Amino acid sequence: MDRFLFLTVDGLAKGAVYAAFALAVVLIWRAARIVNFAQGAMAVATVYAAYSVTQATGSYWLGFAAALAAGLLLGAGIERAVMRFVPHTSPLNSVIVALGLVLLLQAVLGAIYGNEFRPVETPFSRTGITVGGIALLSRYDLFVLGAVLVLVVLLALLFTRTSTGLRMRSAAFAPEVSRLLGVNVAGLLTFGWALAAAVGALAGMLVVPTELGLHPNTMDLVFVSSFTAAVVGGLDSPIGAVVGGLAVGLVLSYAAGYLGSDVTPLATLALLLVVLLIRPGGLFAGVRTRAV
Amino acid sequence: MTTGLRHLLWTAAAAAALLAVTYAIPPFRNYQLATAAAYLCATAGLTVLVGLSGQLSLGHGAVMAVGAYAVALSQNRFADAGLTGNGVLAASLALGVLAALVAGLIVGLAAARLRGPYLAGVTLAVAVALPAVTTVWAGVFHSDQGLSVYLEPPPAGLGYDFPLERWQAWLALAGALLVMLLLANLVRSRFGRSLRAVRDDEVAARLAGIDVARTQVLAFVVSAGCAGLGGGLMAVLTQSVSPGAYSLTLSLFLLMAVVVGGLGRLAGAVWGALLLVVLPDLTHTIVASLTLSPAAAQRLEGNLPLAVFGLTLIVVMIAAPGGISGVVRRLTPASPLRR
Amino acid sequence: MTLLQVDGLVVGYSAAPVLHGVDLTVPPATIVTVLGANGAGKTTLLRTLSGLLRPAEGGIRFDGRSLVGVPVERVVRLGLAHVPEGRGVVAELTVEENLRLGGVWRADRRDVRLAQDEVYELFPALAARRKHAGHQLSGGERQMLALGRALVARPRLLLLDEPSLGLAPRITGQIMALLRRLCDETGLAVLLVEQNVRSALSVADQGVVLSLGRVVAAADAAQLRDDAGLRHAYLGF
Repeated sequence: MDRFLFLTVDGLAKGAVYAAFALAVVLIWRAARIVNFAQGAMAVATVYAAYSVTQATGSYWLGFAAALAAGLLLGAGIERAVMRFVPHTSPLNSVIVALGLVLLLQAVLGAIYGNEFRPVETPFSRTGITVGGIALLSRYDLFVLGAVLVLVVLLALLFTRTSTGLRMRSAAFAPEVSRLLGVNVAGLLTFGWALAAAVGALAGMLVVPTELGLHPNTMDLVFVSSFTAAVVGGLDSPIGAVVGGLAVGLVLSYAAGYLGSDVTPLATLALLLVVLLIRPGGLFAGVRTRAV
Repeated sequence: MTTGLRHLLWTAAAAAALLAVTYAIPPFRNYQLATAAAYLCATAGLTVLVGLSGQLSLGHGAVMAVGAYAVALSQNRFADAGLTGNGVLAASLALGVLAALVAGLIVGLAAARLRGPYLAGVTLAVAVALPAVTTVWAGVFHSDQGLSVYLEPPPAGLGYDFPLERWQAWLALAGALLVMLLLANLVRSRFGRSLRAVRDDEVAARLAGIDVARTQVLAFVVSAGCAGLGGGLMAVLTQSVSPGAYSLTLSLFLLMAVVVGGLGRLAGAVWGALLLVVLPDLTHTIVASLTLSPAAAQRLEGNLPLAVFGLTLIVVMIAAPGGISGVVRRLTPASPLRR
Repeated sequence: MTLLQVDGLVVGYSAAPVLHGVDLTVPPATIVTVLGANGAGKTTLLRTLSGLLRPAEGGIRFDGRSLVGVPVERVVRLGLAHVPEGRGVVAELTVEENLRLGGVWRADRRDVRLAQDEVYELFPALAARRKHAGHQLSGGERQMLALGRALVARPRLLLLDEPSLGLAPRITGQIMALLRRLCDETGLAVLLVEQNVRSALSVADQGVVLSLGRVVAAADAAQLRDDAGLRHAYLGF
């Protein structure tokens, strides 16, 4: 029972990161109808940026800020310089271009930093705080949960309370009508990519220092788990992405805890298949059902 | 002259020409030729899948691994049992194809219900999960270390000093020609037309009486079989299999080869397979010509091909979606593989 | 004095243009209706005016300044609002959000709020459904919302594409009456594309008849109503 409690709490902490990363996937999907397969590689790039800044200045928090800024720039740059020019003849085109970006980004990172794993420091202790004899969340886990909570609240406020959020939603649902109403749809698309990449950067900063370590390919599996989380949530729904992220975190935590950590990728694959085959629209499918 | 006969004649001509080539080039080049031939099996299969049926697989590297591991296990079992001879190798390769067909059937059944990014996501998960399979069943697959593959020397009848590389090239080229012949006939068949119909308009295809799901599953199975043969041949060439050799990057390389060669054109698969061999070689030469510190040279050499492949993928998708064979076709008379 | 001046507008591919040299003027505080059969080029005309399509030739002047090449999202800021065919209510957003969207580019937040309140006064049905999503509305309510949303921008010229499409005659009548009132009271000019010739001519000041991309008649609405020959030839009644 203690073990179950530990795995649950640990799963929620992991799931929070998946939720954040799934939010990044959902943001771009909603804005551009593109599943950004380069999300993981983009996030790794921002974490490397943070690594360099932290190495140079000695400050974790300057690195943290650098990651978010790098995310904004990278997202906007990729939309402006690459994604905008992808022909819309087939939905595969953008997927393939994103995969090209994966290769390119990982290669550039490998060429600059090398392909060995680099340990990354956490700003807080990762030793679990003992409650009633059970080692539960560490300070770092609390930081992760808090950061994701702040992120979710900020995104919710952005989308429901601000004029920019209204414009973003309208531009995603009805681009032509939005333009007629004076909404700068192209500009918002760039902003959406920038925002998503910054969210991805946050998720990367939170997850890389845990068991992963810094490596050009380090986010591959995290991307798959988060994609699964986004699919569980229905790709279109930010709330779904958060719930999906937590669900995936729990499932993977139990699988790793009871079956061994090696099965995690297999558990992700199984979960993704089960969800897609049983409920292709996701558990939070919106008002309009779309063909998968 | 029927299409089938014409394809057969083409294949025979290609075989004769390639045979002559294997005698003209040194062992190292023969090995590269063999590698390109093994890649060609996979890229040709992937071309049919992505270009003709519109299904995107990021897991073909993993399917190649299925073929490779099956060949490795089977070769080693046969050797342990004291069974040798070239019939054994053929049986192992057949087993490799069979294993890949089964894997393709499983993924294909799931894939037939999925579209676009969802299918890409599932196949991505397959690619990422591969190393875990080898770890979870470490007793069979030996984790990251992988297996070595038993390979007999070339048949004695070929002469005492017949180079192994030439023999490997023959094996791989035979496999690749077989795949090309099969697929060339397939894309011209009713099945090929069904595939294109499904890709272009699923609803219309259904109205025309095509079983969409069956067509798509079949495409996956055929494509996986080809990739499995490619993987099996790769195991024969490298005489080892490990998950690292069949990573997500390999899947992305295959996709790059198919896209750059030209989606939906078998000729494109040839260009793509050649590129997979030539580009790393070329980048190696370039890096060697630069004056760099050993560490920097090593980092650059490992990553430059990836960067070139990635950049190529992006540029081709945006600037020339027809790929190399599209450009070549514009310069040459009509080729038969695409309507 | 003119608010909108269109000269020799050619739109479409050179081989098969949709509009072949259309001339048109809309004075302030006037309702001009564009009539014609399906495929005459009415919708193309409106889409070109609001910048969604680029003319191959010809000029568009609005309030003395050229609109050719002005990006779509800028046109509304100049005072020209386009309510597209099929109404363009964003189905996923609520009534209130759709209305907010109408004034999203405007700096004067107080006036935007005022304009929204005016829309709710004009259409009490919408006020009752503020929190409902667009896809929950009836056809008439959607038309009211699309029209109201355009008014929040406080345009000087309204481009309306088939507002009566799919609506009950009573509701169509209400909307036409409202257009007349806005025109008379606030000086709003309207370019009204309609299939429903009778109701369009009943409210318009002037009429323009398009046929196969050319203006075949332009006159006072009353004149068009009374010219039996023209009506038979182009308007089918």
